[in-house]
Amino acid sequence: MSVLVVAEHIRGELRPVTLELISAAKSLGGPVAVAVIAKDPSAFTDAVNVEGVDEILTVQVDQDEFENDVYQAVVGQLIADRRPRAVLLGFTVGSMGYGPALAAKHGLGFASDVFAVREENGGLVAERSFYGAKVNGELEFPGHDTVVLLVRPTSWAPAEGAGSASVSAVDAPSVTSRARHQDWVEAQAGDVDITTAEFLLSVGRGIGDKENLEQFEELAESMGATLSSSRPLVDAGWMPNARQVGQSGKTVKPKVYLALGISGAVQHLAGMKTAGTIIAVNNDPEAAIFNVAHYGAVADLFEVAEELEKLY
Amino acid sequence: MKIVVCVKQVGALGDEVEFTDDERDVDPDYLDYALNEWDSYATEEALRLRDEAGDGEVVALTVGDEDAEDAMRRALAMGADRGVRVWSDELAGADPITVARALAEVVRAESPDLVLAGVQSSDAVQAATGAALAELLDLPRVAVVTKLELGSGTAKVHRELEGGLVDVVEVDMPAVLTIQTGINEPRYATLRAIKQAEQKEIDVREPGDLGTPASRVRRMFVPPKGEGAEMLGEDPAAVAQRIKEIVEERMKS
Repeated sequence: MSVLVVAEHIRGELRPVTLELISAAKSLGGPVAVAVIAKDPSAFTDAVNVEGVDEILTVQVDQDEFENDVYQAVVGQLIADRRPRAVLLGFTVGSMGYGPALAAKHGLGFASDVFAVREENGGLVAERSFYGAKVNGELEFPGHDTVVLLVRPTSWAPAEGAGSASVSAVDAPSVTSRARHQDWVEAQAGDVDITTAEFLLSVGRGIGDKENLEQFEELAESMGATLSSSRPLVDAGWMPNARQVGQSGKTVKPKVYLALGISGAVQHLAGMKTAGTIIAVNNDPEAAIFNVAHYGAVADLFEVAEELEKLY
Repeated sequence: MKIVVCVKQVGALGDEVEFTDDERDVDPDYLDYALNEWDSYATEEALRLRDEAGDGEVVALTVGDEDAEDAMRRALAMGADRGVRVWSDELAGADPITVARALAEVVRAESPDLVLAGVQSSDAVQAATGAALAELLDLPRVAVVTKLELGSGTAKVHRELEGGLVDVVEVDMPAVLTIQTGINEPRYATLRAIKQAEQKEIDVREPGDLGTPASRVRRMFVPPKGEGAEMLGEDPAAVAQRIKEIVEERMKS
C-alpha cells in the first residue's frame, strides 16, 4: 500500500520523528515516498534516504520555516496526484496546524496521536488512546481511500541503514501564506539545566497548592535531587518553564526520575519515559504514569514525602 | 469585536471502567464531566479581548447533547454572552473532522472577527477540531497559541513548539486560533455568575449534512498492562524506605 511520509525539519535539522514515520510506513508494506518541503530540499535528502524508502520527492519552497498554508497546499497536491493509501505526519505542533485541515478539505480519513497502525482486510486500522490514556481504541476508516495519520513520536524505532531511493523534484503550487513566520523566541534558560541532572524529583498537579511547593524544594535538596515538574505547575506560574519536563518542555533522561503526584499525560511521558529508573507515587491506581514506571506506589504523596524527610 | 469560542464538555475516568454494549465507547456512568481545561483558557482569552475592545460579544459554541450544557454554562458563568449548542444523535462519539463540520455551519452564520478553540480536549486528545474548522471556513489558522496580540487586520501570536521554542507568527484576521494552557489565568465563576448564567440564552441547532465520518471507533478496551511497575505497597513509611534504597542503588551505577 503506497504511503506518503512528510519529512519534518526545523532550523536546518531533520526532526527524529521523520525516521520513525518511515519505519511506520515500511510496516504497512510500502512503497514508501518521503516528501521534503524546504528552501533547499537537497540538504535533507541524504538524511531521509534510508533503507525502505522508495522515492524522495523534493519540493522547493520560498522559505525553510514551517507555514500551514504552504505545507497544506504542497501535501494536498501530492495527495491528489499520487493517491497514497496513508499519509503519515508526526503528531507535532506543525502537523496539528494542517493535517486536520487536509482531511477536512479533501474529505479524507483522519486520526491523530496514533501509536499503532496495520492493514486488516484491505483497510487501515489505527490505535490511539482515550480518556487520559486509561483506554485504547481501534479506529477504522470506512469509505476513505486515503487516510491522514498523525503519529505519536517515539512509537516506532527510527529507520536506519543506507537507502537507494530515487529522488525527483516536484513543483510547489503557488500559495499565499496567511500565517507568516516572523521570528523565533528561544525557550527560557533557567538557573539549572534539568536535562543534565542525574536525579530528578518531579512534582505534578497532585501537590495541590503553591504553598506546598517549598516542602518539595527542601525534600529535593536533602535527597540530592533536582526539582522539576509537569506542565500544570508551570501554567499556574508556580514553577519556571526551564523546570518543565515533557513535550513542550525538556526531554530528560536522568538515572532516577521520582514522580510525585504526576498522572502521566502523554505529553509528559514523552519527556521522561527513557529515564533509567522511574519511580511514581500517585493516589490514582489507574494513573498512566504507572504504565511507564519501574516502581510505583499508590499512596498519598504528602505522607510519603514526610517519611522521606525523616530518612534524609 | 465578536468572538466565537468553541468549547467541549469532556469526560474523565476514575479508577474503574466499563464499556457500552457495542464496546465503541466508555459507559457514560463511569465518566465525570467538566469543561475541557484548554477551552477554559480559550474562553478567558476571548473575554479578555472583548473587554479590552470595550464592546462586542463572546459566543460559546459546543457540539453536545443536553447534558453538555453544563460545560457551556460554565463558559457563560465566566462571562460569555450567549451559547449555541449543536446536536443530533449522529454526532455521538463523532471524530473531530465531523465535529468541525457541525461547528462550521454555525460559525459561518455568526461571521465573527475571531474564532478560538482549545488546542485539544483532554478525553480524545486529537488536537484537530480547530484546524479542520478553519479549513471549512477558509480562514487562516495557528495551532498551539501561547500569546495573542491583535493588530489592525492581523494578529501577532506565539506558536509554542516542542521543547518550548516559540515561533512568532503574523496571522491575517479573521482567523481560527487554538489556545494552549498557561496563556492566561482563567477566572473562577462566582456563585452569583453561575446563577446568572442559568438565565443566559442557549440556542439549540441541528447540523446539516455531516458527510462521511473521518474515522469510526471499532472498539475500545483497557490496554494490556506491560511488565508494569513493581508496586512498593501502600504504607508510606515502607514506600519511603524502598524509594531510598532504590535511589541509592541506582545512583551508584
